[in-house]
Amino acid sequence: MNTMIGNDTLVSLGVGQRGVVTALATEGIGRRRMLDLGFIPGTIVESVRRSPAGDPTAYFIRGVMIALRSEESSKIFVNPV
Amino acid sequence: MTDSAQFADLTKIVKKASEYGQTQGDGVRDQIVSHIYGEAERLAATVVTCSNQRTDWDRKVDNIITSRLLGYPLMLALLGAVFWVTISGANVPSEMLANFLFGIEEWLSVLFISAGAPDWLHGVVVLGTYRGLAWVVAVMLPPMAIFFPIFTMLEDLGYLPRVAFNLDHAFKRVGAHGKQALTMSMGFGCNAAGVIAARIIDSPRERLIAILTNNFVPCNGRFPALIAISMIFVAGGVFSAYGTLAASAMVVVMVLIGISVTLAVSWLLSKTFLKGEPSSFTLELPPYRKPQIIPVIVRSLFDRTAFVLARAVIVAAPAGALTWVFANIYIGDLSIIGHVAGWLEPFGRAIGLDGVIILAFILGMPANEIVVPIMVMSYLSAGAMFEFDSLLAFRELLLAQNWTLLTALNFMLFSLLHFPCGTTLLTIRKETGSLKWTILAAVIPTVIAILVCFSIAQGVRLFNLL
Amino acid sequence: MGLTYQSSGKGALREDYLNYNVKGDYVIALAGNPNTGKSTVFNALTGLKQHTGNWPGKTVVQALGNYKHGQKQITLVDLPGTYSLLANSPEEQVARDFICFAEPDATVVVVDATCLERNLNLVLQVLEITHKTIVCLNLMDEARRKKIRIDVPALANQLGVPVIPTAARNGEGLTLLKDTINSVAADKTELTPMRLIYDASLEVAIRELAEELDPLLPPQINRRWIALRLIDGDYTVIDGIRKFLEKKMVKEVFAS
Repeated sequence: MNTMIGNDTLVSLGVGQRGVVTALATEGIGRRRMLDLGFIPGTIVESVRRSPAGDPTAYFIRGVMIALRSEESSKIFVNPV
Repeated sequence: MTDSAQFADLTKIVKKASEYGQTQGDGVRDQIVSHIYGEAERLAATVVTCSNQRTDWDRKVDNIITSRLLGYPLMLALLGAVFWVTISGANVPSEMLANFLFGIEEWLSVLFISAGAPDWLHGVVVLGTYRGLAWVVAVMLPPMAIFFPIFTMLEDLGYLPRVAFNLDHAFKRVGAHGKQALTMSMGFGCNAAGVIAARIIDSPRERLIAILTNNFVPCNGRFPALIAISMIFVAGGVFSAYGTLAASAMVVVMVLIGISVTLAVSWLLSKTFLKGEPSSFTLELPPYRKPQIIPVIVRSLFDRTAFVLARAVIVAAPAGALTWVFANIYIGDLSIIGHVAGWLEPFGRAIGLDGVIILAFILGMPANEIVVPIMVMSYLSAGAMFEFDSLLAFRELLLAQNWTLLTALNFMLFSLLHFPCGTTLLTIRKETGSLKWTILAAVIPTVIAILVCFSIAQGVRLFNLL
Repeated sequence: MGLTYQSSGKGALREDYLNYNVKGDYVIALAGNPNTGKSTVFNALTGLKQHTGNWPGKTVVQALGNYKHGQKQITLVDLPGTYSLLANSPEEQVARDFICFAEPDATVVVVDATCLERNLNLVLQVLEITHKTIVCLNLMDEARRKKIRIDVPALANQLGVPVIPTAARNGEGLTLLKDTINSVAADKTELTPMRLIYDASLEVAIRELAEELDPLLPPQINRRWIALRLIDGDYTVIDGIRKFLEKKMVKEVFAS
């Protein structure tokens, strides 16, 4: 990926906004799980909805809807598109 | 080659592999995963000729179901609706089944007496075994036969993950996992199934929290009793539109209390025995799928309903016989049950119940379904003659035993909060592999049930409420 | 896992993950992403009534079923639904260990035709472990409804293994699936599975390790894949090998 890694993470994507994953700030098993779910640099992610309490947020990624808590989504860097 | 040499060589290779891996950091894993996904992407692009777009319909439904304004009220309304349909649908068949089965009881009695069977045989077989069975079938079968298909339908539709999505925030706040909501949903059917479902939670700490608190969801063995008591004391034992509505509301309140206690205990566990931070949480929200109505009904009737009922019946038959025996063997001028209940009476009174109720809960340990039949038989052994064929008759019996609103309320709370049934405890033992956690799984709810019932009883008596 | 005969009450106590000493002509593993209708395929093939709830992670209890087709007795093992086989969760580990170490005669990967890209990720991972793979392209009815067209021959050609379009809910494609299972299990289908090639330095490391592993492993276990797992730092695979060797030893003792 030649894209610059900015400060935006999944959390900062507003509902309905899309972004391209640039980097993951997690290590170890957490990183592995995110990769397995398809959060790989270059992947387009759409922020779809927030839970009534404001967290978690559901993201549409590679054909499925996956909900993440802000703890996880704040570690996934994206470039909004 | 011997196996020990084999293992030694294997260890050497593992070391070498890890050395290579370490020179690359997270790079190897990143490379492998993105390479595979990349290939998948490339392949899909060459063979699929229409981009995959989730239908808008799904999103529109979710916009309502998980909306800030309607998310929680809708869940509550749905819960209420499920119980309302269950209660109002079960009324008539329950009454009919009771009439039918207790009609057979009379006929059996006539048969036994005319054949000159000894009293004890008639007692054990008809008044003990048969009556216990008849109660369990009449009270449990109709609500189960209605509840299970509805529940299965919601499950197949894909509604449960939305519940977990809506409730996750609360679970996070108490240091638990959002998927605990899924294990609790399973608990409505059977707490043992709920305990097993906790396997979907990877973090051992959060899985234990889910296991230890599953019991606060009233399972199928318990909510028919909650329904019956609500009908009697909230609706006056009369079926009416108002009555079923009030009874459903009462059951919903009980479920809400159960959820609150679950959250409170989860929080307490996170702060004490199971200290720790919430682990990572990812939850898939699958597309809605149209449930296949007929298979759902067939499956929930022949698999779930028949199975759970069979289990209840297997426990109820011997329990009925045993209860009759204990109620009819006299030591001095009191039956064995009378003695034990008498001994438990002060404790029962202190928490707003009585000795017989406590005894029934203890004897009902193998399966919660038999708590009420044991209680009824114990009361009957005190000598009251009793036509047992309707909720009104049941109401008369309870009132004759000095049941008040307080007794009814505390009975429901104790049923909701007390120790899990034997099967659930065995399952917890198996799932946790630890006797300590199994014991804790029984002690925590029991202590809470006693504390809650005691406070309410004392409060009510102090202020002369109810 | 749904609330069923197998999961509630005492049945809950009776299951055992690795108890797959089953009789029959073929043992077939059923893998797939969550929510691909895998359990529906399982039920359709076996005629069993394993419950199919629509929530992730329900198959935490491994299910076994039998059916007969073309004079063969087939045992079908329903593995937990996973996105990946990289063993980052207990379910993934169970699924992976079974495919790799239990030596199924074929592995059927159930794939959601409406979400092919994500599902192919798992197919490629299965192909890395075993070439005796069949892709069951399920939910074809839904794909048609959503106007998603898939070039099935091209996909089969690229993957190098059979791809069978099905709609398990309506029974569509199941006879062909059963025929294909028998054919692959009997080694009557030519398989040329697609190979994933990583970058040069990784490939060198894989080759070196695979060679060293060679004398240690029974012939049917894929050395390249074990080597890759070890390089990836996935040591759970060692437990799998150990379990496998112990089972083998038990079998040999009984055989002699």
